[in-house]
Amino acid sequence: MLPIDIITELGKSGGYAVFVLIGAGFGIALELAGFGDSRRLAVQFYFKNMTVLKTMFTGILVACLLIFLSAGLGWLDFSQLAVNQTFLWPGIVGGLIMGVGFIVGGYCPGTSLVATASFKIDGLFFLVGTIVGAGLFGESLPSFETFWNSSFTDRYLVSDWLGLSIGATVFIVTIFALVMFYIAEKVEEFFKYKDTGKAWSWKITKRPYLYGAVVLVAVAILIWSVGQPDPIRKWKIMESKYSGQLATRAVFIHPLEYVKTNNESTIKLITLDLRSNKDYETFHLKGSENVNLDDLLNAKFVAPLAQLPPQGVVILLADNDSISIKAWQYLKVQGVVNLYILENGLHDWNKLFADKKIHEKDINLASPPAEVLQLFPKDAYIPKIKIGSKKRAGGLCS
Amino acid sequence: MKKIPNKFKNPYFAGTILGFVLFAAFALTHSGLGASGAISRIHVAITKLFWSAHVDRVGTFAAMGAGNRNALDHPSMYLLIGTFVGGLLSAWYNGRLKIEIFKGSRISNTQRLIFALLGGIIMGYGARFARGCTSGQALSGGAVLSLGSWAFMFSVFIGGYAVAYFVRRLWND
Repeated sequence: MLPIDIITELGKSGGYAVFVLIGAGFGIALELAGFGDSRRLAVQFYFKNMTVLKTMFTGILVACLLIFLSAGLGWLDFSQLAVNQTFLWPGIVGGLIMGVGFIVGGYCPGTSLVATASFKIDGLFFLVGTIVGAGLFGESLPSFETFWNSSFTDRYLVSDWLGLSIGATVFIVTIFALVMFYIAEKVEEFFKYKDTGKAWSWKITKRPYLYGAVVLVAVAILIWSVGQPDPIRKWKIMESKYSGQLATRAVFIHPLEYVKTNNESTIKLITLDLRSNKDYETFHLKGSENVNLDDLLNAKFVAPLAQLPPQGVVILLADNDSISIKAWQYLKVQGVVNLYILENGLHDWNKLFADKKIHEKDINLASPPAEVLQLFPKDAYIPKIKIGSKKRAGGLCS
Repeated sequence: MKKIPNKFKNPYFAGTILGFVLFAAFALTHSGLGASGAISRIHVAITKLFWSAHVDRVGTFAAMGAGNRNALDHPSMYLLIGTFVGGLLSAWYNGRLKIEIFKGSRISNTQRLIFALLGGIIMGYGARFARGCTSGQALSGGAVLSLGSWAFMFSVFIGGYAVAYFVRRLWND
């Protein structure tokens, strides 16, 4: 199942070679579109030629349809893709600055590379400028760092903002892009015929464009009707990837490892208690949250768990394995990284600590301190928690 | 090399290739395309040659190249090299490999180069501000429906259109 991690698959040098190939595809696409020519880029802002808008939105739309179609059909796990984090206002301000740089200099970073590669001196000067600009930014950042880190949402999709399903959003984006293409064509036609005196019309004159639009809309409708897999369907697709960890019980942790982890200041631990509300009220671990399986199918509830910092660990506890395993499956396929189950729930908990005392006092069972660990032999349990430090967000802009 | 350069491809055709490349990037590497991150890394590597203590001191530089860390040892650098090679190959194949300066006809070459450098500086600054450039934010973030990327994309166009009138002399025939 996609995505694969090419550097893990092929090693560093093989993986880097694939990055070069992808980059080459990128460079070729930009060059073929004519983006190595600053005049062709700048003219976008004078309405006479809409190539930039058309190429960019076609690229976005085609990739978007491919991503969500393959995610819908179960070929690609969308939760594993890096989604640019949203820093809304810094992004908008940065975008405005870039717009100015674009029209003054005639390129953007990627296109100036292509221009430089094809020996365009203005492209080279622009590229040198971007290197200088990146440095100036780093130097000046301390004076507005608070603003730069403001209005942050980790994985905030247009569909979340609209309150719609991904399928419906993809459909809207498709229609939006096609309307823009239509307007772009008509604006170009208007400027082309303005001087010749020929009349332009609202009609779609190019048949292939019409067919292309029909195909795009059909794919968007297909994506919408297939829908994105819910966690239950997703588990069926991805079972082979993760079921081993359950079968070997590699993700079931001993209560003492829970105590150890809970007392580690560098780890952000989240405990989800899947027992009945009554049992939870009677006794629960300090800081744990009482949830049921339906909560774990709710994307809004799960999103913060999937976006924990690298030092975040989620531990599940339930009355029996069938519930905790189900919960583990639901969360795993939604992209929760460091996810474990407390072996046997709280059944052994009281027994384990029953006759233990620290400084002549009974132990606080809801939150045993780290000292408790010294009352047990070192090999009382096999540690299983491994903090996966892979950071998916950030991508290549960092 | 051909005397007359080939025509540029239809924008929708080029865009479709771009879309497939972008999808391949996501499928094989988890993340999309990008250029500005690598450009920033080049800056850090150059600064480090002359003034490595400064790299350790400035937060965003240190994250890329503090201490023994080689700022250039990052996948984005290889993507950048690839983009360069792809651009070179395509320009060569299509007969567009030629030393020249693109500009509007009313300004001199020197003026054009000054403005290219200036625009580049503004662009480089803005791209770090926005945490990504047209490829890393707009294309990649746009395709995975990141709200911030869509807001960013529109603000690039707004910024460009807002200033275009005042600098029309740069581009007029």
